[in-house]
Amino acid sequence: MSFPIPSARFPSARSGVLLSLLAVALSACGPAPQASGINDPLEPMNRATHGLNKGLDRVILRPGAQAYGVVPAPVRQGVSNFADTLDLPGDMANHMLQGRLGEATTNFLRFGVNVVFGLGGLLDVASEAGLPRDDTDFGETLHVWGVGEGPYVELPGFGPSTARDAVGTVVDFALNPVSRAAGGDAATVATVAKVLARLNDRKRYSNTVDSILYDSADSYAQARLLYLQNRRFELSRGAAAPGAGDETGGAEGGADEGFIDPYEDPYAQ
Amino acid sequence: MPSDILLTRRSFGLALGAGLAASALPALALNVDQARALIDKAVGDINKVINSGKSEGAMLPEFEKIFARYADVPTIARSALGVAARSASDAQMRAFTKAFQFYISRKYGRRFREFIGGRIEVTDAHPLKSYFEVISTAHLKGEAPFEVRWHVSDKAGKSLFFNIIIEGVNMLASERTEIGAMLDKRKGNLDALIADLQKS
Repeated sequence: MSFPIPSARFPSARSGVLLSLLAVALSACGPAPQASGINDPLEPMNRATHGLNKGLDRVILRPGAQAYGVVPAPVRQGVSNFADTLDLPGDMANHMLQGRLGEATTNFLRFGVNVVFGLGGLLDVASEAGLPRDDTDFGETLHVWGVGEGPYVELPGFGPSTARDAVGTVVDFALNPVSRAAGGDAATVATVAKVLARLNDRKRYSNTVDSILYDSADSYAQARLLYLQNRRFELSRGAAAPGAGDETGGAEGGADEGFIDPYEDPYAQ
Repeated sequence: MPSDILLTRRSFGLALGAGLAASALPALALNVDQARALIDKAVGDINKVINSGKSEGAMLPEFEKIFARYADVPTIARSALGVAARSASDAQMRAFTKAFQFYISRKYGRRFREFIGGRIEVTDAHPLKSYFEVISTAHLKGEAPFEVRWHVSDKAGKSLFFNIIIEGVNMLASERTEIGAMLDKRKGNLDALIADLQKS
């Protein structure tokens, strides 16, 4: 999620070149080793934020998503597609900073196809044409540059994150190319589209979200575990999947994340 | 007496042979293809249920049957209960396992219910340290395909799955956290937990 910064303008071409050079230099360092376990020294504060976020969900997000559900599904999907399209330039910039030129190219083509043939991004024709969405963020860029995950944090309004990904969220927020380029009314439209897309997600995954937030015995611990596992999975981009040239069974990093043998360790000690 | 010794020797030999065969069995029993075949069958049954057009009330018992048939429920239940399982009596463990099966098949059945109109496809299988991992892809309407991994072992005497990992999210790890928190809430009272799981 990112909101426009009205006064901002295009970044200069020179700073773009500098950023790319910096990216190349930094990506030579290699990605950070995949973290495991739970590092949560700020738990009391995080739990307080979690209580606040649950309140926000109960009062605003959940009823808002239900109300938005009145709008016909194809229209909601169109708005969500539009919001996705607006994220593509930011994704592209991050992919370039990560040295992932293939993904950056895919997102560039995806942006072009959806804007030109998909009524300005309302229809996702690119996915049908074999250009699936491959989203990323500055948190992932930092990971690729070798920055470790840091402690777990729950951010007010945004939910589960880590120290590294919280920095990423702020940077994505501040440097979003679309809001910087558009300004004024266009930027407001982009913000509205994003808020509506978020409501649509809340509605679409309502069973899952409700079961985590309201049915689990400790929703804070569940949300933390789910976020960390899923985030590490995303960042590994399948590379840690054991079996792919890894006959030793994943001695290196991420492959161990999902490894539990309840026969060897029946009481999970 | 010599004949007695002979007899003893023979029966000893027979017993030894039987023992060797039994201990050799688990090593022979499960290979990648069989692990894959198990999940192929489980996934086929799940696909049948999610596309049967039945109501949620009718689908959930079907999911429980699939779970009981293809998953190693006692092992999953014991692992989810964690250290508390060590001090539980046999009767408590039996009751807990039964209640847990009801609870987990409904919880995950509701998730699978969101797969209605979709399908799951087994794409790969490989050994993973002490067991096998079968990889499948879930294709849902209007959503990018995502990955579901199944961990399969035959250490319970036949091949069964004991963990499901959806996009990195691990069922055993989640249930350890959840059951642990439920037990804490009930001040460690296992019988109260069992009673509540049956109502979930």
